[in-house]
Amino acid sequence: MILFEVKNLVKHFGGLAAVNNVSFQVEKGEIFGLIGPNGSGKTTIFNCISSYFPVTGGNIYFKDQKITGMKTNKICKIGIGRTFQVVKPLGRLSVLDNVIAAAFSKVQTKHEARDVAMETMEFCGLLHRKDVIARSLPIGERKRLEITRAMATRPELLLLDETAAGLNPTELEGAIDLIKRIRDKGITIIIVEHIMKVIMTISDRIHAINFGQTIAEGVPKEVSNNKAVIEAYLGEDYAQG
Amino acid sequence: MKKFMPLILLIILIIFPLVYQNAYYQHLMILVFIWVAIGSGWNMIAGFTGQVSFGDAAFFGTGAYTAGLLAHHFGISAWWGMAFGGIMAMAVAFPFGWICFRLRGAYFALASLALNEVCRHIATIAEPLTQGMVGILIMPTFVSKIPYYYIALALAVVSVISVQFIMQTKWGYYFLSIREDQDAAESLGIDTHRYKMVSLNIAAFLTGMAGALFMNYMGFIDPEVVFSLHDISIMAILVGIVGGVGTIYGPAVGAFVMVAVHEFFRTGFFGFFKGLAVLTGSDFLNIAAKYISHAHVLGFGILVVLVILYLPNGIVGDWNKLVGKLVPFKKKEAAT
Ligand SMILES: Nc1ncnc2c1ncn2[C@@H]1O[C@H](COP(=O)(O)OP(=O)(O)OP(=O)(O)O)[C@@H](O)[C@H]1O
Ligand SMILES: [Mg+2]
Repeated sequence: MILFEVKNLVKHFGGLAAVNNVSFQVEKGEIFGLIGPNGSGKTTIFNCISSYFPVTGGNIYFKDQKITGMKTNKICKIGIGRTFQVVKPLGRLSVLDNVIAAAFSKVQTKHEARDVAMETMEFCGLLHRKDVIARSLPIGERKRLEITRAMATRPELLLLDETAAGLNPTELEGAIDLIKRIRDKGITIIIVEHIMKVIMTISDRIHAINFGQTIAEGVPKEVSNNKAVIEAYLGEDYAQG
Repeated sequence: MKKFMPLILLIILIIFPLVYQNAYYQHLMILVFIWVAIGSGWNMIAGFTGQVSFGDAAFFGTGAYTAGLLAHHFGISAWWGMAFGGIMAMAVAFPFGWICFRLRGAYFALASLALNEVCRHIATIAEPLTQGMVGILIMPTFVSKIPYYYIALALAVVSVISVQFIMQTKWGYYFLSIREDQDAAESLGIDTHRYKMVSLNIAAFLTGMAGALFMNYMGFIDPEVVFSLHDISIMAILVGIVGGVGTIYGPAVGAFVMVAVHEFFRTGFFGFFKGLAVLTGSDFLNIAAKYISHAHVLGFGILVVLVILYLPNGIVGDWNKLVGKLVPFKKKEAAT
């Protein structure tokens, strides 16, 4: 079953076509990898999905409903959660309060919100840090707070933007494990990641872009052997050699 | 102990006018209570929601004029103005916020400053309605200050308690999220525009009620008094900053300190300079005394600089730091 679809998405910043006619479909329950070199338009695609700015062209569908241009907060409400590549903690609030604020998107009372928050923090392995002020967390845990907060909004589709970047090897293992456990809950994931080891091992399918355009799509093996992908990542010399 | 402090303080405040029947100090306390309400409102929108208002006088004056005009034109008891004043202030806040909150950043602060001035001009120009600069005079309901004292105290207590209550609910969490990061807030399903409106309207309601009470109590208002930029709008900010931005009890402490400072300057250091002038027969000191009583704005400025330098989180926010500084041996005692 197709849960989510992007159709002919175009986004221009002035003269720059940051996203140029990108289309893909995401199956319910899969981990869908989105890769591309720096500046290729991955974050911009996420920002279009969550409606941080209007799209220049194309459409976005979630559960057969057109969501193009829907308000950002509404996108969250209908079940699309996201994390930010440049983390955005609610700095002066505790970790617990960060997650409670998120939990309120689906429940009304403080009591319920707290329960949801505690449960989510436990699941994401952040419970032992609940009373720490968010801005004093080290980067690894800030990334984890991003995921925890998004999870507390009870999404059906989760957009992860480089949540593994900057982590040490142990944290990386933990992050991979967490993403897998989120998938096992039945939550569909679109993940942007530069670390090939991560993206190749956990993705069911991968969509590769360069300069805002699709260059390949398929299972990890196909994509990693694709000439255009190797070129985009390593330069033409490598592809030929 | 710390938990019971507000309760103990409240009991002292309830007993105060019965024990100490000095009309002057009762007057000052009534002003403090009115400022607690205004400060709590300002703190709601600026301190907790991060949208700094430079135009609280717009809401205060609207509340005051609502009460005054109802009494003046229709003979309706100005006490009804307490409720209507709050509602009319919201009626000003609603379209204002609706437009201004579409933009982020400093726009709201600048626009609120403009709103303040627009309201003052309207009140000045609309003479058939407001009598312009002549102002509005109504008959005070009570001769004694004691009824006003308790009504003002009730308003102050209700303000602080409602803010405290709201900050424990979804609204409170949403306000804080908006203050901390609007993009993050939106991504967590928070309609930032809508909740900024909610916060602003709560602030306007409290401030409008305070304005209506001010009308009742003082019996006279004019545009320069209730729409004053420095005596109302800036004072509201100072109450918030000195007490502690984004703290529940900050506005209460800030109101007390700021009314005291205001009075300190207004009376020329409680008559110190005047007394000195009489004592020495010096003309210079006599003139100086006169200027000092007008220099409260300067005093405010100095106070704010000191607070920002030494207590950036205000008296309540930096309470432990303050106690540590004033009682240096207390810490060592605790350590041993
Ligand atoms: N708000 C914006 N205004 C103008 N240009 C932008 C904006 N956001 C992104 N861009 C430009 O769009 C292009 C794509 O940027 P984007 O952030 O989507 O890349 P990315 O694939 O996420 O890269 P990275 O791997 O470095 O995160 C870049 O050239 C970037 O400079
Ligand atoms: Mg990016």
